[in-house]
Amino acid sequence: MLKDITLGQYFPGDTVIHRLDPRTKLLMVIIYIVALFLCKWFVSYAVALLFLVTAVALSKIRPKALFKGLKPLLIIIIFTAVLNLFYTDGTVLVKFWIFQITREGIINAVFLVLRIMLLVMGTFLLTYTTSPIALTDGLESLLSPLKKLHFPVHELAMMMSIALRFIPTLIEETDKIISAQKARGADFETGNIFRRAKALIPILVPLFVSAFRRADELATAMECRCYHGGKGRTKLKQLRYRRRDVLTLLLGAALLSGVIVMRHFGL
Amino acid sequence: MSAIIEVQNLCHTYSVGTPFEHAAVKHISFSVEKGEFLGLIGHTGSGKSTLIQHLNGLLKPTEGDILLGGESIWKDKETTRAARFRVGLVFQYPEYQLFEETVYKDVAFGPKNMGLKEEEIRDRVLRAIGFVGLDASVLDKSPFDLSGGQKRRVAIAGVIAMEPEIVIFDEPTAGLDPAGCASLLENIRAYQASTQATVIMVSHSMDEVAALADRLLVMNEGSVEMLGTPKEVFSHAERLCEIGLAVPQITSLFLRLRELGIPVDPATYTVADALRQLLLLKGGKADA
Repeated sequence: MLKDITLGQYFPGDTVIHRLDPRTKLLMVIIYIVALFLCKWFVSYAVALLFLVTAVALSKIRPKALFKGLKPLLIIIIFTAVLNLFYTDGTVLVKFWIFQITREGIINAVFLVLRIMLLVMGTFLLTYTTSPIALTDGLESLLSPLKKLHFPVHELAMMMSIALRFIPTLIEETDKIISAQKARGADFETGNIFRRAKALIPILVPLFVSAFRRADELATAMECRCYHGGKGRTKLKQLRYRRRDVLTLLLGAALLSGVIVMRHFGL
Repeated sequence: MSAIIEVQNLCHTYSVGTPFEHAAVKHISFSVEKGEFLGLIGHTGSGKSTLIQHLNGLLKPTEGDILLGGESIWKDKETTRAARFRVGLVFQYPEYQLFEETVYKDVAFGPKNMGLKEEEIRDRVLRAIGFVGLDASVLDKSPFDLSGGQKRRVAIAGVIAMEPEIVIFDEPTAGLDPAGCASLLENIRAYQASTQATVIMVSHSMDEVAALADRLLVMNEGSVEMLGTPKEVFSHAERLCEIGLAVPQITSLFLRLRELGIPVDPATYTVADALRQLLLLKGGKADA
């Protein structure tokens, strides 16, 4: 049941996208998001869409998996679309009671939905094609200039990788506890909100107990292996930019400048 | 005897439609007799845990059906829920599901969910705690203050207190010391003897199941490899080793004796039987 959550899941593979340096992919996602917010009219959105479609096709991630990731955001997407639909001034098309729908409202709503969808799917493509470890490695490397300002980059990256590492474990654990309590007749599906909230106690208590136990064991295990922070620590997998990374980043720069130019011409 | 639970052509596939898709259980059919002690063995990942979670309706079969007392447990919502109470499932390391402030409340969780009256619950809790060999004085303690072995027993009591017709134990002795294992197994045996419940026990230890089970079900890669009495199953020692299992220690000893040319039955699996055969060999007096 909980296993079906695809949020942030990694789909192993061996495609160009999978092999890109995580830093390239992180930068590309940032570039892509900035570009999305600079899109002004259908032409630039079409370019952004094409860009994503190409990347998805190259990554061999099934589009269905990407759409599945959108599901939890459906309410937010609909909510913002509806708000934009009714609260944009301009040429009125339909009017009833205190509501009015304008031409600009419809266009705005469409753009917003497109923007959120592309943004979310673009980010998912990153997590789908990059293992959590590579991702945190990339992040640590990208943020390393901040070390000069005494910002705890390594610690942050370590915390992140530990958190990511334990998500599946905790999900599995939750699944197991839910099954075990269900086997004793626990009922999570019926009753009002208070009853349901109370029904969570038999899950949350064991989950917290085991999370703390795990944290304690992990800390001991790390100390046993003389972990003492990031100073002088070397990596098993050295990150290295290759030609494909340079090409990809150039492509990203082209996208960004293209969108800026198009924005200038109102496209 | 009649079949209390029937598994019909059961299949279960995890994560359908993702790269992680994999069939854990493939076309399994068997039935369990009322009052029987069935041992379920198989190496890690052979589908045992998936199989047992179908028996009380925690997992829905991808294909096939489970009949409890001749009726599908998936007939409607009520029958599925009722199946949870009729088939008690003790998970691996069940001590990690304890959550209440006191042992009493934790053991009473199941019976309470059944909607029983307070007195009935009290009776059942006391009986269950007795069955697992704990003293009534632990009832007011916090389950988190108990030792590992005691926690395990409390968790088992929590399932037994529902007085299910079938109890399934998933590796109940994992991680216990030898004395703890022996006494827990003795508790399970005594529980079955006094309640006539049907017991299914998953185990890695051949010696454990050999001593307790009426029949053994051997699983391999999601399918039933063998099903029969311990004697039948242990007579296929070679095949068992091939699929990553072993035979009880006494059986391997007798296999070795056989290889050395001593005329003994290689499918011997209990110490009593072994002793009888050895005495027969020595002097011919079987009942010495």
